[in-house]
Amino acid sequence: MNSKVKATAILKDNLQNFFFVLPAFAIFCIFYIYPFYKMINLSFYDWRGIGPMHFIGLANYKELMSDHLWWNSIWHAGYITLIALTFQNVLAFALALACDREIRLKRFYRAVFFIPPVLSEVVVGLIWNWILNPQMQNGQYIGLLNHFLYTSGFPQLVHNWLGDPKTALTTIAIVHSWKGFGWGFIIFLAGLQTIDKQLYEAAKVDGASAWKTLTNFTIPMMLPVILVVVILTILGSMQVFVLIIAMVNEGLVNHTDVPVTRIFSAMQNVNRFGYACAEAVIFGMILVCVSFIMKKLSDKAKQA
Amino acid sequence: MTNETVFIDKALIPHHLNFGNFAVAWTKGNFAVYFLNSVIYTVCVVTGIVFISSLAAFAFSRLKFPGKNIIFYMFVGAMMIPLPGSFVALFVLVTKLHLVNTRFGYILCMINVGLSMSILLLKTFFDKMPPELEDAARIDGCGKLGIWWNMAMPFARPAIAVIVIFNSLNVWNEYILAMLLLEDTKLMPLQRGLVVFQGANSTDYPVLMAGLTMAAIPIILICLAMQKYIVKGLSSGEVVG
Repeated sequence: MNSKVKATAILKDNLQNFFFVLPAFAIFCIFYIYPFYKMINLSFYDWRGIGPMHFIGLANYKELMSDHLWWNSIWHAGYITLIALTFQNVLAFALALACDREIRLKRFYRAVFFIPPVLSEVVVGLIWNWILNPQMQNGQYIGLLNHFLYTSGFPQLVHNWLGDPKTALTTIAIVHSWKGFGWGFIIFLAGLQTIDKQLYEAAKVDGASAWKTLTNFTIPMMLPVILVVVILTILGSMQVFVLIIAMVNEGLVNHTDVPVTRIFSAMQNVNRFGYACAEAVIFGMILVCVSFIMKKLSDKAKQA
Repeated sequence: MTNETVFIDKALIPHHLNFGNFAVAWTKGNFAVYFLNSVIYTVCVVTGIVFISSLAAFAFSRLKFPGKNIIFYMFVGAMMIPLPGSFVALFVLVTKLHLVNTRFGYILCMINVGLSMSILLLKTFFDKMPPELEDAARIDGCGKLGIWWNMAMPFARPAIAVIVIFNSLNVWNEYILAMLLLEDTKLMPLQRGLVVFQGANSTDYPVLMAGLTMAAIPIILICLAMQKYIVKGLSSGEVVG
């Protein structure tokens, strides 16, 4: 009798405790687990969003393998990522190095560099859309960049930066880097500040040049931090999407497509939900592989 | 600024300020509605996340129930796996639930976005809470809910600040789900409204700039005042997809 009372008490206790996680668990199951399952499930179907669903096995994946627009879009995202990894992160690292010293207005720079990353992609995209505007009105260029090039004596450089297939993707990549370097800057700076300043003094006494100190000492010390920034940059840049929508809308479809715009247009423009899900699954797997490899690398760097 | 000055006057500081465009944006551009919607979504989602995630994190940290570890690692796993195209399936689901074009549907989806990271951050904080605090509260006659509200929540205030600021930024700046789930201009948040406005009036730069300023100023102010919390949020959500 007594044990029965005890058992019900424990059960009641467990139930009570479970109620604490119930709201989170319910939302998570409905809005994360179910879409996750549905995404994989739908990728085996031919479905127009409404009406009957036809099971077609791996046909979506087969089509995807030979869809050169899809693989192009992955290359585009890779190109943006490459520019972000080099241009953006080197800039972020250099600025962090500069701000690690005792310089004037340090706090001001820290605050200002931090503004672009917290602005939304829509705001950044629309502002740059205006800066890069190629049109003229009343004999003047509307866009700041072309106006500046024209008035400062380089009229031959005036260009439709976002309208020309040759420059559109690079322009987007540079704006993306402009928006993103502040994150890297802040993380690098936080990392640099944990390095003991006396070690720099010691290196100076030993007669090491500034460049030697950087390559032999600062960069190896910063390796774990650098790898974190690299992972964040890759994951962030591969998934760039809203910035492109805000900058070119769907103007240059085949030249500025990235995987997420492909997924979106498969769903929204041609109503191929199954195909969109197959694209999402493949792209998700690529990202998981990349972040897994990077994680392994960073674990190794931490051990060394 | 007038249309003229946007095009002609390239000086960094305009010669004469004209706040009339804000009035035009506010009324004609429908930005009053967008702004209000953004505020509603941000407040609702962030409040929801704080309550739901702190309850769950408290249970993961302090209470016992079967399946606790499995459920917790599901949340951790959700943070590790990037899901770039999940919006397709999410759209299908929300349509099925008849929540497309409702505030409620959008708010629930956005709560889900911030949940995993918030639970993780709060759990590490609750883990550090000294057991003596809890015992003292129990002696005072507090139940589990009482301990959560009176002890754990005040103790985790720094973590809650990070969660509030980081999620506010996220919701205020969100675009993809707002585009997919909300078709009615009366329900759209600022980010979506800006794109809609630009699509309809591509050369009305003064009003667009007024709208952009409205979207950017709150964020810039928060960013300047609360930078350290945002950085903490970023470093705790390292691999958020």
